[in-house]
Amino acid sequence: MTDEKKRNVKIKISNLFKNFGGDYVLNGFSLSLKKSESLCLIGTSGSGKSVALKCLIGLLSPDSGSITVDDQETIGQSRPQHEAMLKRFGMTFQFGALFDSLPVWENVTFRLRQKEKLNKKEAKEIAGDILSQLGLAHQVLELFPAELSGGMQKRVAIARAIADKPEILLFDEPTSGLDPITSGVINDLILNSVNRLGATTLTISHDMASVRQIADTVAMLHNGRIIWCGPIKDINHTGISEVDQFVNGKPYGPLTTNKRETLQTKQTEISV
Amino acid sequence: MGVFQSLGRSGLRLCHMIGSIALFIVFSLRWCLIPPFYGRQIVRQLIDVGYYSLPVVGLTTLFSGMVLALQSYTGFARFSAEDTVATVVVLSVTRELGPVLAGLMVAGRVGASIAAEIGTMRVTDQIDALETLSTRPMQYLVGPRLIAGTICLPILVLIGNIIGVFGGYLVGIYRLGFNSSVYLSKTLEFLEFSDVMLGLLKAAIFGFIIALMGCYHGYYSGRGAEGVGKATTNAVVSASILILIANYSVTALFFG
Ligand SMILES: Nc1ncnc2c1ncn2[C@@H]1O[C@H](COP(=O)(O)OP(=O)(O)OP(=O)(O)O)[C@@H](O)[C@H]1O
Ligand SMILES: [Mg+2]
Repeated sequence: MTDEKKRNVKIKISNLFKNFGGDYVLNGFSLSLKKSESLCLIGTSGSGKSVALKCLIGLLSPDSGSITVDDQETIGQSRPQHEAMLKRFGMTFQFGALFDSLPVWENVTFRLRQKEKLNKKEAKEIAGDILSQLGLAHQVLELFPAELSGGMQKRVAIARAIADKPEILLFDEPTSGLDPITSGVINDLILNSVNRLGATTLTISHDMASVRQIADTVAMLHNGRIIWCGPIKDINHTGISEVDQFVNGKPYGPLTTNKRETLQTKQTEISV
Repeated sequence: MGVFQSLGRSGLRLCHMIGSIALFIVFSLRWCLIPPFYGRQIVRQLIDVGYYSLPVVGLTTLFSGMVLALQSYTGFARFSAEDTVATVVVLSVTRELGPVLAGLMVAGRVGASIAAEIGTMRVTDQIDALETLSTRPMQYLVGPRLIAGTICLPILVLIGNIIGVFGGYLVGIYRLGFNSSVYLSKTLEFLEFSDVMLGLLKAAIFGFIIALMGCYHGYYSGRGAEGVGKATTNAVVSASILILIANYSVTALFFG
């Protein structure tokens, strides 16, 4: 790798291991993201995508491995350093994780209001602006998360993550369970964050249509490690049967047979 | 062999739990003292813990004071000491019954709701979300509840004491036929400031215990609805037991 390229690496995750009660969910997970790149992480349900994301942002601590953001090691850093790093991230959770006790506008401006003094009116205006980009009307501002539909909750969660324009965005299944039009709106918004604001984005998605729309690079997680990572245009010609099965959504194939066996045969093919 | 194994395992688990509670206390107290202070959260908790517990505490102490007057009358009538009823009621309510009953009732009401709320936040990733939004969960969630619990319980107990004594007074006057001014003067005659203070000190400790157990079990709640249910039960049970233990310890410490 040349120096020029190296400088462009924003996030580098190497050789991450994480187990829950002896089961290794991450098993030598490595991935790197360039600055202003939009990467989609795909993989079957339960393959550990959400765990990987939580390790990256430090909500879970991996057993071993290394994660660097702008060449700074983040594992084992002090609490103030970790807090400073978190300020550069925006994240949405798979199930929204909106604060039940706060109305929508307070959810959306939660972090903004800690950074700068905003009065109620200003905060509501800002929240309203962001939500309208996501196709939500001003009426939702005063509602509580429990009063919103699932898709609305998802959009409010995205609004909360992007409200203060962080440089790195992590989305955990931002479009799952949404109608195609709303999915399109969210995909546009993600593209917009990448192209206009230069954000580095890591999106977990099951939805190949939206992956094709937003991804520069796709990485597939299987058995705790990345089995393929490459530009989106190559996704149909990977020569890896797991990727083929996933992309084409076939019910029978290596992903649905004995897991341990596939891990051993594929170890030689990993190319990250 | 199996017996020793399981004994050892339980022992280890207990040590682990005591250690993690101790750490939890240290961290949460530390974060209580460091800005930012979440004033709005504190106010919300004061209202939740204090104001909304008033009916429960009031009713409990009212009826306890009433039944105490009846029972002590029956007992003392056997050796013609009926006129001590007022003194017995006020001393037992302020020193013992007020704090303990209020503590146990609030443990059921507030301990459970704290554990359920924080536990739900844990299993729905809201606590993780707080962290990613540059807010320390210990400071934002735990601190205000500990403060509110420690402040509210003494106030609740003070009010409960007055209501309990009033309950005894009602029974004394209307059921047992005491003279109102005699009953009142007997009530105040032997009551010492230290009796009330001891009760309030206990109450503050109980309030801290209730909030602490609610927060601790909620914070480390297991996954899913079952995890939250367990956390809630554990919070109430452990708070109740700790209240009874603390009650004896404090009483023994200040005895005499
Ligand atoms: N806190 C936890 N404790 C124990 N096991 C966990 C925990 N979090 C995740 N796991 C386990 O890790 C595995 C991967 O979970 P994860 O949520 O990362 O899957 P995922 O790839 O995001 O799946 P999905 O697409 O369904 O969201 C699962 O088997 C899950 O049971
Ligand atoms: Mg997931």
